[in-house]
Amino acid sequence: MGDPIISVQNVSKVYGNANASTVALQDVSLFIEKGEFVSLVGPSGCGKSTLLRLIADLDAPSSGTIQLNGHAPETARKNREYGFVFQAPTLYDWRTVARNAELPLEVMGRDRRDWKPRIDKMLALVGLRDFHEYYPWQLSGGMQQRASIARALSFDPAILLMDEPFGALDEFTRERMNMELLDIWETTHKTILFVTHSISEAVFLSSRIVVMTPRPGRVARLVAIDLPSPRTFETRESRRFFELMTDVRETLKEEFTRHE
Amino acid sequence: MTGASNRMQVWLAPLLVFTVTIALWEGLVLLFKPPVFLLPPPSLIWQSFTSQFGQLMSYGFNTFLEALGGFVIGCGAGLVAATVVARSPRLSALLLPFAVASNAVPIVAMAPIAIVWFGIGPGSKVAIVAVMCFFPTLVSAVRGLTDISPDALALMHSYAASDWQTFTKVRAPNSLPFVFNAFKICTAVSMIGAIVAEFFGGAVNYLGIYIKTQASILKTPDAWAAILVACFFGLAFYFAVVLLERWLMPWHRRRG
Ligand SMILES: Nc1ncnc2c1ncn2[C@@H]1O[C@H](COP(=O)(O)OP(=O)(O)OP(=O)(O)O)[C@@H](O)[C@H]1O
Ligand SMILES: [Mg+2]
Repeated sequence: MGDPIISVQNVSKVYGNANASTVALQDVSLFIEKGEFVSLVGPSGCGKSTLLRLIADLDAPSSGTIQLNGHAPETARKNREYGFVFQAPTLYDWRTVARNAELPLEVMGRDRRDWKPRIDKMLALVGLRDFHEYYPWQLSGGMQQRASIARALSFDPAILLMDEPFGALDEFTRERMNMELLDIWETTHKTILFVTHSISEAVFLSSRIVVMTPRPGRVARLVAIDLPSPRTFETRESRRFFELMTDVRETLKEEFTRHE
Repeated sequence: MTGASNRMQVWLAPLLVFTVTIALWEGLVLLFKPPVFLLPPPSLIWQSFTSQFGQLMSYGFNTFLEALGGFVIGCGAGLVAATVVARSPRLSALLLPFAVASNAVPIVAMAPIAIVWFGIGPGSKVAIVAVMCFFPTLVSAVRGLTDISPDALALMHSYAASDWQTFTKVRAPNSLPFVFNAFKICTAVSMIGAIVAEFFGGAVNYLGIYIKTQASILKTPDAWAAILVACFFGLAFYFAVVLLERWLMPWHRRRG
């Protein structure tokens, strides 16, 4: 094992001031290797989004250190080392799907001649080949989210940070998106840090799951997912899948009761 | 329902209301025969309109130019001020309440003062219109530049975008619907402002003065005909702005 691509060391995050403060994260440490697919699960309000935002330098930790590829999040952000996918698609209304997807390339001043082939490839990857000229309001929620994933992939960042990207989707669409995401992960060898509320989604997708405690969020347990790859629809029906789900669920329950 | 018949319906109802109102007006005047200067029948107004069409349209155009000048200056200054104010939450918290409160100020009432400052010519009218257009544009544009989902801004931050890029690619396009709402209101405001400001004095070849003088010598059909011309220019101005809006915001057509 080499150096971790993401390292989080003794990180705490306190929101608010002296009068009214919320401890969102307490002494969180986490090391992610290159090429891993790691999911964060935990009860609502335990600081999953906060952790992602700290790693992305969208917010600063109160204490502790975070490194991506051996440097500070701010440097990583300025080097464009990660792509962020929010829970809501966050597409810009005034841009077509293709123009939304090429926005990072535009902002980053990449060679204009490379935009089109790159966008064509990414939109094909997420199954939006025929929707280049559509405006966001002309797409379904799932298609919008796929467009936002294409956008995050467009500039080929080594790391994908995804905050409940499929949270708003129905079960059926979500399972299809899971397969697509696994495809993307397997073909691009990216490192993915993925937040979800769904235990089955986490078990199905991940190589490792980080189970967090209720607020203040700490790491309760790391669960290695030893399901065979590539994962298929049958994976969800395997015995091991259910054992792992039960394992994660038990940990969450234990932490929850200990908390009360 | 097809799009065409849908559009027909949209136009049909107002057209019907308009025709019925005019017919009723004509009928009631025929029936009760009030003095012509009190309430001329539509036919007489139409006659006055057609007989001096060229002159009325040229007056209308002169007044429209005042309105347009004030509109451009006021809305332009409002946009520039908004880009400055929107940069600082403190500054907007300090200034916006005044801008909003200015809605309650009858700015046209300052027309006599504007005449003292800018003379009896078009300058004073343009100035009044400009002030009337400035505040609504400022308020709407600041809203449009700042009322953005935090994630939409966080995304640009994650790309390490410059302030200028965030402004041109996110804030400015985000503000367009707000700004055009203000512009549409300002088209009406600017025609009203120019005409009312003219009531306080100016040259004869403007709509406001013409309405005032013809009414004062009880030639009210002429005054009504001039009001008709004012409506025409006001509506044309409004629809020109709507066309500009559609052209600049193709993504917004769904609500049209
Ligand atoms: N900007 C903020 N200011 C103050 N408190 C905040 C802020 N952002 C988050 N918090 C608090 O920090 C805690 C963790 O929030 P966070 O959004 O990270 O939770 P989460 O695990 O992502 O929850 P969910 O699963 O519901 O999305 C919550 O108690 C929340 O109220
Ligand atoms: Mg969250």
